Amino acid sequence: MRGYFKWSAVLVVALLVMAACSSTPDDTGNTGDNAPAGATMAFGTSADPVVLDGALVSDGESLRAIDQMFEGLVTLEPGGTTVVGGLAHDWEISDDAMTYTFMLEDGVTFHDGEPLNAEAVCFNFDRWYNFPKPFQQADATYYYQTVFGGFKGNPDALYDSCEATDELTATLHLTRPSASLLGALALTNFTIASPAALDEFGADEGKINADSLFQATGTYGTEHPTGTGPFKFVEWTRGDRLVMERNPDYWGDFPGNIDELIFRPIADGAARLQALQTGEIQGYDLVDPQDYETITGDENLQLLNRPAFNVGYIGFNQAVKPFEDKAVREAFAHAINRQEIVDAFYAGQGVVAKEFMPPELDGYADDVTEYDYDPDAAKKILEDAGYTLPVPIDFAFPTDVSRPYMPDPQANYEAMKADLEDCCFKVETNSAVWSPDYLGNVDTGKYGAYLLGWTGDYGDADNFIGTFFQTKQPAWGFDNADVSGCLDDAEIETDADARISMYQDCNRIIMDFLPGVPYVHTEPGLAFTANVSGYETSPVSLEPFSLVTVNE
Amino acid sequence: MLGYVLRRLLLLFPILLGLSLLVFLFVRALPGGPAIALLGERANDQSVEQINKSLGLDQPLPVQYGRYLRNLASGDLGSSVRTRQPVTSELSRRFPATVELSVAAMIFAIGLGIPLGFIAAKRYGGIFDNLSLVASLLGVSIPVFFLALLLKYIFAVKLGWLPTIGRLGITQHLDHPTNFYVLDAILTGNWSALGDAIKHLILPAIALGTIPLAIVARITRAATLDVLSEDYVRTARAKGLDPSVVDRRHVLKNAMLPVVTVIGLQTGLLLTGAVLTETVFAWPGLGTLVLEAIRYRDYSVLQGGILFFAVVFVLANLLVDISYAFLNPRIRYR
Repeated sequence: MRGYFKWSAVLVVALLVMAACSSTPDDTGNTGDNAPAGATMAFGTSADPVVLDGALVSDGESLRAIDQMFEGLVTLEPGGTTVVGGLAHDWEISDDAMTYTFMLEDGVTFHDGEPLNAEAVCFNFDRWYNFPKPFQQADATYYYQTVFGGFKGNPDALYDSCEATDELTATLHLTRPSASLLGALALTNFTIASPAALDEFGADEGKINADSLFQATGTYGTEHPTGTGPFKFVEWTRGDRLVMERNPDYWGDFPGNIDELIFRPIADGAARLQALQTGEIQGYDLVDPQDYETITGDENLQLLNRPAFNVGYIGFNQAVKPFEDKAVREAFAHAINRQEIVDAFYAGQGVVAKEFMPPELDGYADDVTEYDYDPDAAKKILEDAGYTLPVPIDFAFPTDVSRPYMPDPQANYEAMKADLEDCCFKVETNSAVWSPDYLGNVDTGKYGAYLLGWTGDYGDADNFIGTFFQTKQPAWGFDNADVSGCLDDAEIETDADARISMYQDCNRIIMDFLPGVPYVHTEPGLAFTANVSGYETSPVSLEPFSLVTVNE
Repeated sequence: MLGYVLRRLLLLFPILLGLSLLVFLFVRALPGGPAIALLGERANDQSVEQINKSLGLDQPLPVQYGRYLRNLASGDLGSSVRTRQPVTSELSRRFPATVELSVAAMIFAIGLGIPLGFIAAKRYGGIFDNLSLVASLLGVSIPVFFLALLLKYIFAVKLGWLPTIGRLGITQHLDHPTNFYVLDAILTGNWSALGDAIKHLILPAIALGTIPLAIVARITRAATLDVLSEDYVRTARAKGLDPSVVDRRHVLKNAMLPVVTVIGLQTGLLLTGAVLTETVFAWPGLGTLVLEAIRYRDYSVLQGGILFFAVVFVLANLLVDISYAFLNPRIRYR
């Protein structure tokens, strides 16, 4: 037994000595013996990327990483939703909105040294259009299908062809007019990859495995993503870290000082906070609302808010009585105290919504019809319309879910229900598990009123109100030619100013018609150590780390 | 002995068959499906139908199960819906991290548990014995995730001694041919990375190893007390044998039989129970993989992961049974 203790003690001492020997300034983010000169920044993400090929992903963590290594023809101004030049310094849209001509920056090279030219751009567009069948699923190419309508052979496809008019001019031909395409091209999904690398590393190669699932055999998206962006891929250890380094040949501005950028997946929100507190990471996204106070109360940390790019709303299905009656919808809107709900359940990160898109977006109208909290007015509207109070309605909320615009659906719902019943309604409660039951019931028009929301994909009004109201949907149960006509016209208007004004009109029409009650936009939080500066929060999460400086 | 081992290995097949059916049904009983989990609000009837069809989820369950079994028989666990990588490669990539953590936790549990239990038994009824009883009761009853957060708060956030996430600090660059980082650091002679990897192991190993530590200590104490009252121990002492030799050769060795059983069971449980610890420490092992698979309703990964855990658990038990023969020569397997 004594020997046992002796060897145990020797082992423990040896381990501790080893651990002590490793005490380089390892986890503090300062450069250690093995780190290159310049700042290293580790950023905590909520999950690993799926694959580093922009055309094949739709999840935020993949897009965040791809954003650092790839660039599109156009992008959004840092922190905003205005489209500015990316790889194209200029562009022309034909009057019929069916031809887009992009003039490319000169002297840009991909990370593999290949030049960026019009042929490379067209190669990418042709690649997406001709994707093999297994890539044509919504989970792989959701954004391509949403923006371009479909692939080769699909009559709804928007893309017709791409032509390299000269070395630095690429011309896109469409099958029908689209003015919203420009904004959509700022999506990370349409960033340009090196054709040579796509070929060499088998980006589209794979086999159909025994359970009919496409299995990639190439290494492009896991080991060789090759773009033109400010950071280059170094290595990716799944579940542990994705390492990128500064691209020394980057053609654009790189005002920050990060030489090595590391994304570390940390699924647990509390674990992300602790890693920030210990300096193992210098920033993280998706701060839990309950941690805001801890972060703002710590002088070594800072909290940044991302501008609101979502909307939480109560949808009315006008195919279900009595919601076809505007008086009922209006009374509903006046009966709930939206300010109180936002104050109570959004930890200071929410603002009351008055229309179905966030204020940051072009086309937002400040002068839409508003429906203030006024239970007396609600009662009067219903009585004037001949209803006997309380008016019975059904109203649903989802369980087992937390969304950015609705962290606690049940709490929102209960507060609203209390307001409605205090005023003039008798509420029959419906609820179901978020997926697939609740979403399925909403989509098929089973509920009268329901809680829902949306987070935008890209900086265009079409992505909010166009998605909701341009076509007739069972969830809303109405067909209003004024609304859909306005949205149809705005979608194909190519003059930017005219388009903004048209969408403002659409918002006015929509809020007069009141198909639902938007009640909140939330501003998600990001946390950083106090020595990080230059991080520009963006409503669409397009946040380049090339702007970031990590101070000593 | 060999025949016994072979028989036990053959028994694995019916066990796995039954388990595969349970797992298959269990993952499909989870609310939602891969299509909705992947698409969220963006899911619509058409896209859900498209994805389900491509995954064969639109077919009757017996057909799906039959196809799953056929693939399983040929060693194909399918591909992840999310990453489109083969499940076998996902599992083999993550397995070393989980093994490394479990081994560290077991070293902690055994290294402390056996001496604690032994000393408590030797000082039966004394203060040390009573203290160890209270401590082990606390050890088995404290929730792992709470202990993990507490350890991180004290030793990382407040004292700044140890890291809180991952297997290696961000400034360490280690080639990892085997994916066992401690081993890789030794093989490549990267001593700085070795120390760092050990530092990263300490807190998760303590969090994961505390329950087994408490159990091992309690069983060791009970077994030692039993053996201490045996005639052969009294005889050995009476004939003037050195007390330490009596302890080592007669007491400890004979007390080890139940302890080894518990260690075997606990090792299996550790591998499977690492889900919470791995999540809290962002440890890139099987636990985080399975958790992610649940979140995304990634049926193939979930089925593969659970089956893999089951095989490991059964094999760990087999090893325990085999080790009996070495500890107690009276046990013979036929």
